[in-house]
Amino acid sequence: MPRHSASREGTTLRMADTLLLVSPVLVAFLGSAIAILLRVRPSAARLTGLTTNVLLAACSLALLVRVGPGTSRVPHTVFGGWPRGFGISFAASLPGVLLVAVTALVSCAAAIYAIEDIGPRRRRAGYDALMLALIGAVNGAFLTTDLFNLYVWFELALLAALGLLTLDRRAAQIDGAIRYVAFATLAATFILLGIGMIYGLVGNLDLAMARSAISRMQPAFGLAIAAALLLGGFALKSGLAPFHLWLPASYHTAPVTGTATFAGLLTKMGFYALMLVLVGLLNVTGPASAARHLMLLVPWIAGATMILCAIGALGQTDMRRILSYQVIAQVGYMATGLALGTIQGVAGAVFYMVHTIIVQANLFFGAGLIHRASGSWDLTRAGGMRTNPVFTMLFAVPMLSLAGIPPLSGFWAKLIVLRESLEAGYIWLAVAGLVAGLMTIVSMAIFWSEACWKDSKRPVRPVPRSGLLAMALLSTATGAIGLAPHWLWQMAQASALALAGGLQ
Amino acid sequence: MSLVYALVGAGIVACALFMILSRNLVRMLLGFSMLATGANLLLFLAGGPVTDQPPIIAEDASTLAASADPVVQALILTAIVIGFALTVVIGVLVLRAWKARKTIDAREINDAEALGQPRRNDPADG
Repeated sequence: MPRHSASREGTTLRMADTLLLVSPVLVAFLGSAIAILLRVRPSAARLTGLTTNVLLAACSLALLVRVGPGTSRVPHTVFGGWPRGFGISFAASLPGVLLVAVTALVSCAAAIYAIEDIGPRRRRAGYDALMLALIGAVNGAFLTTDLFNLYVWFELALLAALGLLTLDRRAAQIDGAIRYVAFATLAATFILLGIGMIYGLVGNLDLAMARSAISRMQPAFGLAIAAALLLGGFALKSGLAPFHLWLPASYHTAPVTGTATFAGLLTKMGFYALMLVLVGLLNVTGPASAARHLMLLVPWIAGATMILCAIGALGQTDMRRILSYQVIAQVGYMATGLALGTIQGVAGAVFYMVHTIIVQANLFFGAGLIHRASGSWDLTRAGGMRTNPVFTMLFAVPMLSLAGIPPLSGFWAKLIVLRESLEAGYIWLAVAGLVAGLMTIVSMAIFWSEACWKDSKRPVRPVPRSGLLAMALLSTATGAIGLAPHWLWQMAQASALALAGGLQ
Repeated sequence: MSLVYALVGAGIVACALFMILSRNLVRMLLGFSMLATGANLLLFLAGGPVTDQPPIIAEDASTLAASADPVVQALILTAIVIGFALTVVIGVLVLRAWKARKTIDAREINDAEALGQPRRNDPADG
């Protein structure tokens, strides 16, 4: 009898684990479905959005605590009760659950910001449902270990993002959406072709199974083509040079909470998938990887992205476009970590990813509040924000963090990536990172002096309190990472090891 | 036979890429639709089409004899649905662009670029 009850207890525990594992996706899509039914009542839709986000945050935190760096067994489930390798599987492995928790943080902040920023007209157009669907799709991509399923989440995120981008149906939004959808669909098709070729070669789509099959295979021409297609597709999705121009051409047309969420999450989702494929599937940190010839390209892509996008940001005066260029410049730093082909480098990329998701979303919130106060998105017309000390204090945190000023999170992130590039012998890449970092400091200094120090002829309007609250949430997180980077660095190292082990 | 499939798939993808590069947005839309078709054909090829038998275990057998790969068919079905959804969304966007600007020439649909153009400091701005 005791044995029987113990096994039953085990089953219940597994069941609870499985529910917890799928909850970040399930809760988001349930919330999205409810929000779409309630969208005729904007206040009810808003309440649904907020409640769902709080629930999502709770589930994501519980999942992160459940997995942690200390647990040996990773919660894992295959839908439909199939044996592993025959069905779509989800695993709560480390970089995924960490990123799900960060996603919940950003999404909560966006929902709080939206309380006063997104009006009934946009809510009737389905803002809440689209936002939750986007979050659900991003969480799905972070948790799945099935390659085709990964592609499906990308397409779902794209559809939700297109809805958000064209929410106001302005001509500029339609134009931005056409640019975005053209690049994103092309990228998705490359990814699909790459995944199809991988399936054709190894006969499996489960990450761990495909990985072990590839490691036993002789280097094949088809595998190199598949790896190139996947690299191209995910590089397009994450905005790496030379495929970066679609991002600053489209992101600035969306409502600011949407842009902040895209900037925080979508490019990082692409980069996470790139890491998953290169490190998890093709094992580039191992001795004889199938993609080692392809990896010769990645340092150049990373260096070009950092330098080109940092220069691009200096040429702009529209706040949203400056920040859009900064988004991709930061992806360049993450790609630097990946390009080194070492476990420590990948850990640096994971650390950088967590830092930059929070900071980029926060910067867009700040730009949105400056727009509220000065009536323009253009820096030449903004000014006088120093009269609002609460805002300036909250805005200084992501600004200084992006510029890499100690003791904020950006300093540690840049330090780790540069240290690892020097240790791996990529001195020129570290120099490129430093030059791009200097340009980022100049760009942020211009931003700050134009928006905060310069006087404004027009009276500076007060900013909504919910916006300040959202910024406070993210600035606190940035400050916390800055003051206690050790915790996140441990997580990042465990993440890199998990990725290099195929998320098992 | 596989070589023929591969060449046909490659040909369709090449034509689709050519059409996507067009300035005419409707041609771009058709290009994306065709690209999805080419990708689906190549996915089908990835399953190794050696036989036309359905993947059902025969009544008197205990293992599956040579048959078509069901996974690839499931993948293609999903990809067709997603491809169709995206084509419809692109179609709507092109239609809205035409309604807003009365043109489907990509060079003349430039509102997003115009929205955030860099500008010089103007003393009138303050």
